[in-house]
Amino acid sequence: MEKILEVKDLSVSFQTYGGEVQAVRNVNFDLYKGETLAIVGESGSGKSVTTQTIMKLIPMPPGKIKSGQILFEGKDIVPLSDKQMEKVRGKEISMIFQDPMTSLNPTMKIGRQIMEGLIKHQNMSTSSAKERAIEMLRLVGIPMPERRVNQYPHEFSGGMRQRAMIAIALAANPKLLIADEPTTALDVTIQAQILELMKDLQSKMNTSIIFITHDLGVVANVADRVAVMYGGQIVETGTVDEIFYDPRHPYTWGLLASMPSLENDDKSELAAIPGTPPDLTNPPKGDAFAARNPYAMQIDFEEEPPLFQISETHFAKTWLLHPDAPAVEPPDAVKRRMRKLSSTFDKPVLVKGGK
Amino acid sequence: MAEKLLEIKNLKQHFNVGKPNLVKAVDGVTFDIYKGETLGLVGESGCGKSTTGRTIIRLYDATDGQVLFNGEDVHGKKNVSELKKFNRKMQMIFQDPYASLNPRMTVADIIAEGIDIHGLAKTKQERMEQVYDLLKTVGLNKEHANRYPHEFSGGQRQRIGIARALAVQPEFIIADEPISALDVSIQAQVVNLLKKLQNEKGLTYLFIAHDLSMVKYISDRIGVMYFGKLVELAPADTLYKNPLHPYTQSLLSAIPLPDPESERTRKRVSYDPSVHNYEDNEKVEMREVAPGHFVYCSEKEFKQYKNAYIK
Repeated sequence: MEKILEVKDLSVSFQTYGGEVQAVRNVNFDLYKGETLAIVGESGSGKSVTTQTIMKLIPMPPGKIKSGQILFEGKDIVPLSDKQMEKVRGKEISMIFQDPMTSLNPTMKIGRQIMEGLIKHQNMSTSSAKERAIEMLRLVGIPMPERRVNQYPHEFSGGMRQRAMIAIALAANPKLLIADEPTTALDVTIQAQILELMKDLQSKMNTSIIFITHDLGVVANVADRVAVMYGGQIVETGTVDEIFYDPRHPYTWGLLASMPSLENDDKSELAAIPGTPPDLTNPPKGDAFAARNPYAMQIDFEEEPPLFQISETHFAKTWLLHPDAPAVEPPDAVKRRMRKLSSTFDKPVLVKGGK
Repeated sequence: MAEKLLEIKNLKQHFNVGKPNLVKAVDGVTFDIYKGETLGLVGESGCGKSTTGRTIIRLYDATDGQVLFNGEDVHGKKNVSELKKFNRKMQMIFQDPYASLNPRMTVADIIAEGIDIHGLAKTKQERMEQVYDLLKTVGLNKEHANRYPHEFSGGQRQRIGIARALAVQPEFIIADEPISALDVSIQAQVVNLLKKLQNEKGLTYLFIAHDLSMVKYISDRIGVMYFGKLVELAPADTLYKNPLHPYTQSLLSAIPLPDPESERTRKRVSYDPSVHNYEDNEKVEMREVAPGHFVYCSEKEFKQYKNAYIK
């Protein structure tokens, strides 16, 4: 399969009065054509900064790309100027934001907001852009688009506004769509509709999607592959089955175990992850998760764990996979979902030199 | 079953009465809350679940209906001292831990506000001791007392909100989406804390949320609201295994589960209120289909649901 995006060794920092915040630390990942990659992690794990850097929406200063490359269709976009980025944004890469209430312009008609990108990027005439806007609104399932196109955002409900956002993002047929918690502000029934809509549009337009969320149910629904972020790093990545049925990193275990299951009536205490996320002005030495990790070993506090490969597609950054590490039992809630996957290697392999 | 702590009878909360934009936020809701249980209230935004909670604790004056707390009406005409008594027994935890704490007050003052109002501490020292105890109960420590809310993370702030609610030793706590604004890993911490406090202090909770998996975990019984009406009320497991009202079924079918295999095969049911096809003279009300399992339905539907139960 063809790669559309390669992020190589990306580090992003912010200069603040309290010191330099290392929000993203040496992140590597690839995205293939037509696939959906979900990035999960708690607030402050760097998932939004990573994706906003891909769009180059980070204000610089205080932000700074310390190192790394972002190859979009083989071309590095890190050195591009603002002017050059304008040609990429909205046309090649576009974004859906979390809050449909605040990310639309309240003084501009919905139709105008969809047309903006079309007129700018595709040199469309106003009348044909309007036709396209109506077509887009119909595509995202808004009834009576001919009338809706002349309405303002306040005349739309929350779910409708999110649909309008999707219409804006997809109007210019982007190759890559970044969705930053697109359904978090919505009700479950509306969320289900929006997710179905996104999957449907993806299969029609063959768009690649990066989907940021902290809801593991949504991840299981939309993702082909999953990247788990913690403390500015990707700690585990694999196909959706590998992450849900054969997780290897103790943080992924913690996430999965801290959610109550709908299917069983277990009322025993939830396995919460103790403590709070690390302060990234002074990232801890060794493994960033060590302080909250019940499985932490001495080495976790001293040396950063390397990346281990568990299958062709599955990587985890934890000392527990080292041949000398003691065998540990994951929490019960995780053990219940574990199953043997055919693609797994006999033994985890140490990956040399990052990647 | 246990003693009733709270009886809510035909509660109505209408806004803009007498104007064209009348909103029937809560429209005739009846249920009981038993001592020591957790009743979950779920529904989509705008269904009236938060308004129900706020009307029970009298943040709004009810349009109609009664709320009986230990047999006494909360909404009758009350003088200040009688109201104070109720306020001590009922407390609330709010959704947004960033907006619900006064940023200009220290944590100690936030927590002790109720203690001061109700005169629960005789000396300054006693007051601070109570504050320290409360901080310990919710998993914070003494040093936090003199700090301001902005110095805390979301999970810690929610703990402060819980400490504030506990300060006046209430019997009943309304938790309005207490975990929605928190990260997944922190949600479990707060839910565990609420459960622990319930066991230790024999508290009764009304837990309002839209995250159905958490609601199922924490609740003994669950009520589902739709358009200002309670459409189904049942023990938590029953509601998930055997939902009867079509709206409950659609709500349950929309929850994404953290299991890729079941997600690939999931069928979503959508709810269309016209399936009921109620006639004008039909009486639609809450009926007990099986012991403890209430559904809002007509006589005809009631028979269908009953038959479904026998199978």
